[in-house]
Amino acid sequence: MSIDLKTIKHISKLSRISVSEQKAEKLANDLNSIFDFIEKLNELKTDNVEPLTSIAETTLKLRIDEVKSKNLRNEIIKNSPQENEDYFVVPKVIE
Amino acid sequence: MSDITKQSLSELVKNIKNKKLSSKEVTKAFIDRSEKSKELNTYITENYSIALDSAKKFDEKPNLDLKLPGIPMAVKDLFCTKNVRTTAGSKILNNFIPTYESTVTQNIWNEGAILIGKLNCDEFAMGSSNETSFFGNVQNPIDKNLVPGGSSGGSASALAAQLTPITIGTDTGGSIRQPASFTGTVGLKPTYGSCSRYGIVAFASSLDQAGPMAQNVKDCALLQEVISSYDDKDSTSIDFKRNEYSKELTNNIKGKKIGIPKEYRVEGMPKEIEELWKKGIEYAKDCGAEIIDISLPHTSYALPTYYIVAPAEASSNLARYDGVKYGFRAKGENLIDMYEKTRSEGFGNEVQRRIMIGTYVLSSGYYDAYYLKAQKVRKLIKNDFDEVYKKIDAILTPSTPSSAFKIGEKKDDPVSMYLNDIFTVPVNLAGLPGISIPAGHDSKGYPLGLQIIGKAFDEQNILNIAYAIEQKINFKNKITDWWIK
Repeated sequence: MSIDLKTIKHISKLSRISVSEQKAEKLANDLNSIFDFIEKLNELKTDNVEPLTSIAETTLKLRIDEVKSKNLRNEIIKNSPQENEDYFVVPKVIE
Repeated sequence: MSDITKQSLSELVKNIKNKKLSSKEVTKAFIDRSEKSKELNTYITENYSIALDSAKKFDEKPNLDLKLPGIPMAVKDLFCTKNVRTTAGSKILNNFIPTYESTVTQNIWNEGAILIGKLNCDEFAMGSSNETSFFGNVQNPIDKNLVPGGSSGGSASALAAQLTPITIGTDTGGSIRQPASFTGTVGLKPTYGSCSRYGIVAFASSLDQAGPMAQNVKDCALLQEVISSYDDKDSTSIDFKRNEYSKELTNNIKGKKIGIPKEYRVEGMPKEIEELWKKGIEYAKDCGAEIIDISLPHTSYALPTYYIVAPAEASSNLARYDGVKYGFRAKGENLIDMYEKTRSEGFGNEVQRRIMIGTYVLSSGYYDAYYLKAQKVRKLIKNDFDEVYKKIDAILTPSTPSSAFKIGEKKDDPVSMYLNDIFTVPVNLAGLPGISIPAGHDSKGYPLGLQIIGKAFDEQNILNIAYAIEQKINFKNKITDWWIK
């Protein structure tokens, strides 16, 4: 298989990472060499194998839903790139 | 005492408990040496003045019953530390100040240790040489322009250079064991579920584990005892009876059955590694262990499986970095444009590459061919281990297929870089514990490690085997302090 520039554009859109033309070519090369390496898995027949979905053989425990941390609003807001009083600010989304 | 930084953790603890040393003297000694070692580039964030204050406070009212009384310590910058910047080696978290503490570091501070700084690592722990960090390369104290391994490269380098007496790293595919091997130190990747993942910047959640790194096996056992705990803040944390690993440590491994997997004899492996392995086998025999040839038939499929599973999980985990609530933000014409530019400018090349691989293997039409296939092969790899563990207690292998390489040597060839983790990745895929101990030097004088892999939750057993073999090897790291002017 081969990952072409059109596929790179598609993945770039899905992963919300803008990619320049120049970078797209380098990425296509890198991804192709990585996928050549990954293709090795096709040597194995796995039709009757159950997929391993969790490595921890344990059932999820339930716990009481309670608030444990104190009000951290100010500290949390301080980490945002742009804020206005108690709100995170983003570029305009509604015209 | 001018040689404070040369002391092992156990010696430092003893000297503080006997009041021969104060926490402040010890803390200051490690800070002074760290200050003289800037060329190694091990620290991303220094916490020196706060650490000295904490040491002073400790000395005023010392609690000497603690396991790490007043011991200074730097940790990998992947652990969230409350009010201390945590970057994960990334530009996108360059200015992130956590409002909470990771469970593993909290366990360490609860035992009396003091944070002296946050250590360099590959960006989001994605790398095997510490070259993907936004904060630059880390030098290996063994030799100039040599990588310390990765992703816990800053941790391994700082430990080997005696800038911190012990440290912690995280291991998703070998990120503790490979740098330990490259720097002549001891590193343990615990069983999945042994150490809480709460507050650790996530890379691949079904593989990530925090673990101890130390100068010797005994110190490593003590630190494992401190950091391992059941935690209801991590839904994959496992509630099992944890040993007092350092107290129960013994070099009596008589009658233990140790497996030697033939599939780890890979093509092109240097003769020195083969010989090191043979030497390890002889030492284990000398200690009274029984050596058994075994087969793990799906070993060669582990790396391709890993390079589907880990990027897939990473692409999902790293979706949270959008420039809105914290971290770096680039200017954009609209919301989508802002997201795309933020992630393009904020993530480095390796991270972008892995997000894209992960996005692709999870995307519509490819999920079954890649992700589902990889989960099935992961099952086969785990079955291999389950099968051999019916008749053996542990497995002995080399830690890495080569010694440390030069900075820049493998940077432009991702697949050759990935091959570094060929012996460590199967352990993560199967959720098992594995420890790397320094076992010898190659012809260039660079350290080489041996890995002991255990059954799930059997850390005590592999620590014991490592302890017994360590005494036979009597390894001495060759460090000349070349970076200190």
